[in-house]
Amino acid sequence: MEHKIREMVRDADGSRGELIPLLQKVQSEFGYISQEAVEAIAEEMSLSESRIYGVATFYSEFRLQRPGEHRVKVCMGTSCYLRGGKVLMERTVQTLGIRPGETTPDGKFSLERVACVGCCARSPVVVVDDEVHAKVSSSKLDRIVKNLGGES
Amino acid sequence: MKRIDGPEDLKAASEGAKAAWNELIYGDQPLVCIGRASCGVSAKACVTQRSIQEELADRGAKPVVMKAGCLGFCYAESLVYLKKPGGPLICYKRVTPEAGPDLADRVFFKDDLCPEQALGTMAGESKEVPPIWSHPMLKPQVRIALRNCGIIDPGAIDHYIARGGYNALAKALDSKPEEVIEEVKRSGLRGRGGAGFPTGLKWEFCRRSPGEEKYLICNADEGDPGAFMDRAILEGDPHSVIEGMLIAAWALGATHGYIYCRAEYPLALERIDVALAQTREMGLLGRNVLGTGFDFDIEVKEGAGAFVCGEETALMASIEGRRGMPRARPPYPANAGLWKMPTNINNVETLADLAPIIENGGQWYASFGTEKSRGTKTLALAGAVRRTGLVEVPMGMTLSKVVFDIGGGMSGERPCKGVLTGGPSGGCIPASLLDVTVDYESLTAAGSIVGSGSMIVIDEGTCIVDLARFFLSFTQRESCGKCTPCRIGTKMMLDILEGTTRGETSMKDLDRLERLAGIVKDGSLCGLGATAPNPVLTTLRYFRNEYEEHIKDQSCRALVCNNLVTFDIDPDRCSGCGICAKNCPVEAISGESKKPHEVDQESCIRCGLCLALCPEKFRAVIKRPGGGSRVERVRALEAR
Repeated sequence: MEHKIREMVRDADGSRGELIPLLQKVQSEFGYISQEAVEAIAEEMSLSESRIYGVATFYSEFRLQRPGEHRVKVCMGTSCYLRGGKVLMERTVQTLGIRPGETTPDGKFSLERVACVGCCARSPVVVVDDEVHAKVSSSKLDRIVKNLGGES
Repeated sequence: MKRIDGPEDLKAASEGAKAAWNELIYGDQPLVCIGRASCGVSAKACVTQRSIQEELADRGAKPVVMKAGCLGFCYAESLVYLKKPGGPLICYKRVTPEAGPDLADRVFFKDDLCPEQALGTMAGESKEVPPIWSHPMLKPQVRIALRNCGIIDPGAIDHYIARGGYNALAKALDSKPEEVIEEVKRSGLRGRGGAGFPTGLKWEFCRRSPGEEKYLICNADEGDPGAFMDRAILEGDPHSVIEGMLIAAWALGATHGYIYCRAEYPLALERIDVALAQTREMGLLGRNVLGTGFDFDIEVKEGAGAFVCGEETALMASIEGRRGMPRARPPYPANAGLWKMPTNINNVETLADLAPIIENGGQWYASFGTEKSRGTKTLALAGAVRRTGLVEVPMGMTLSKVVFDIGGGMSGERPCKGVLTGGPSGGCIPASLLDVTVDYESLTAAGSIVGSGSMIVIDEGTCIVDLARFFLSFTQRESCGKCTPCRIGTKMMLDILEGTTRGETSMKDLDRLERLAGIVKDGSLCGLGATAPNPVLTTLRYFRNEYEEHIKDQSCRALVCNNLVTFDIDPDRCSGCGICAKNCPVEAISGESKKPHEVDQESCIRCGLCLALCPEKFRAVIKRPGGGSRVERVRALEAR
C-alpha cells in the first residue's frame, strides 16, 4: 500500500493545492486514509503529519477507519429528516447494531449519515453503495439490507 | 467534432445543429428519451430505459435513445418522453421498469397515446394531450437558468448549440469587457447563491483590481440540505454554466477558472467533465477561444464535505488545499483571493443566467421580478406538497402561489404549517404569512432569506422546536470552530433546544436562547455563524406558543418529541404478535400472545422502540400529545 501511495504522490502534477485531491484519490483506491497513508504522504510531500490530519479530519468525506464492504448512508438533510429520515436512521441503527460512523464487527456494513444528496423532492433517501434509493420506507430499507446479506 | 474558430463557424455549426435537433424532435425517427438526472436515477430511470429499449428491440423498432436532465417534475419520476415517427413528443410520468414496455407497446404499436399517463406534449401537436407548458406546475414559471434542463441531452453539445448556445459568448467576445459588465449591471442580476450581491458590481471590483492573474470560481458547493437547483443545472445543462463562466471570465479578465463542486454530486461531476472535454475539443475553451485570442480554461475541484466551504473565503482555502475555514474580510476576494490574486466567485445559477442576459439584453432580464430583486429564481420545492420538484419563477411571486398553484397544495390531509426558506440560514414563514413574496427584501423583512432557494413545506405533523433543533444541530456540526461565539454559542443553543424537546427546560432558558442567538449572530466572522440563529429566531417569533407548550404543558402537539407524548396500543389494531413486548427495554408492555397488548405508562421510558418495531401491516402503536404521568414523576424527582 505504502509503495502505491508514494507513486500516487509522485504522479500528482505538483500543482498547488494538491493535498485534498490526493487524499481523495487515496481514499477511492483504498477506501480510507490509513495511518501508513498519512505517513507516506507527509514524507513525499514534505508536510507534517499533523497538517495532513488537520485537513483529513476537517472534511467529513474522509474516513480514517476502514469502511464496511457495503456503505449505507442515510440522508439526514432537511427534507429527508422531516419525511422519515429520523425513523430510518433509528431503524438502521437497530438492524445493523451500529451507530453512524461505525462498521459492523464482521466488516460487512458501515453506516453513515449524510446531509443531503440533492434528491429532496423524493425524500426520504438512503444511499447504498452509491445507489440512491428514494421514498424509502422501513420495510423497503429492510429489504435492501436483506438483499445485501444483512440480518432483519 | 469540428473546431469552431470564429463567428462564421459558430453560425454554421448552429444551423447544422438546429436542423439536426428539429429532425430529432419532429422527424420520422422514433425517439425514446429518459429523464436521467439524480432524481430520475433514484426512481430507477436507467432500468426503465433498458426495459423499454429491450421491448422495442424485440419488436424490431430502432428508436433514437437519448437522456435528458431534470424537467423539474421530480414527484412524477421516472419521466419518459416518447415519439413515434412523425408524431408528437409526449412526456409520460411515473414510468416504472415494469410498466415501461407496456407503455412503449401502446404508444409505438397500438396507436394509443396513453393520455391518462401523460404530463404533456413536449413538441409537435396532439389533440388528446395538451402542451406540457400549460401544466399547472410549469405554466406560472419563467425558465431562464433552467431553459434547457430536461429538454436537451446534457451530454450533447450540439443540442445546447441548437438552442442558441454559445451565441452569447460570441456576442460578449465581440464587445468590450466593460460593456459586458454594464449589460449585467443593467439586468439587476444578484448573486443567486444566497447573499444576493449585485453581480455586475462584483465583477467591476475584480476587473479594476490589479493582478498578474485573475481567477474565476464557480461555486457549486451546494451545501444547504434541501437545495438541489445547482445539481439539477449541472446535471441537466452543464454548458449553460460553462458559457456563463466564459462570459464572466472575459468581463473580468480571468484566464483560469475553477468549478468547486460537492463530491456528493457524482453525476454532476461526471457531466461537467464530459461538457468541458467537448468545449475544449471545439475550441470554445482553452487557448484562443472562438479564434479571438482569448485564453481561458476551467479545472474542476471536488469538495470534500464541509458546508462552510460554500462561504467564499473558506472555499478558496479549500482549493488551496487547506482546512476550509473562513477568514476576515477585507481583503475581499476581488483584491486578494485565491493564491492572493484577484478572484471572483459566482454561484452556478448566477452563471447559468448570464448567456440569456447577454443575448437578450439586461433590460429584458430586468423586466422580470420586482424593482429591487430583478429576474427569476429557481426554487427547490420539497416537503409536504403534492408536486415536489425544481421550478423557476419571477421574483415577487407569493409563497402561496408557489405552494398551492405550482406545488398543487399539501400532499397529505394535514394543513400547511409554514414554509422553510433558505435552509439552515433561513427561517420558517408561518402559513398565515404565505402572501409574502419571494424576493430578497420581503423574505428578509419576514425574518428569513431567499438563500439558495430551497423551499420546504411543512404541515402540522412537524414540531417547530424539533425543527429548530434539527437546523441548529446541522450548523453546530458544520461550524468550523474558528469563532468562539459560533463554536460554543451554537452548542449552548443546541443544548437548550434539545432540553426543550425532552421537556427539561424552563421559561428562563427561552430568554437565554434569544440572548445567545444575538451573540452568535453578531460575533461570527462568516455567514454560517451570522445566520445560524435565524431558524431559532423566526420560530420564536412566529411559533412561540409551541415552545411554551413544550415547557409549560410538557406536550408536543405534533407528536414528534418522544418525551412529551404518550405511547399507547390501539387494541383494535394490535394482533398480539409480541414483537414490541419482546423488545421493550424496560418490559413495560404486557399481554397474552395473539391478544391486544398494553403499555404500562408508569414504567414506559418513551424510547419509541415499540412504534418503530410494530409491523407496518398493524400500525397498532399510537402516540398522543402530553407526557402524562412521566411529567409528574420528573417533577416529583426534581422536588426531592
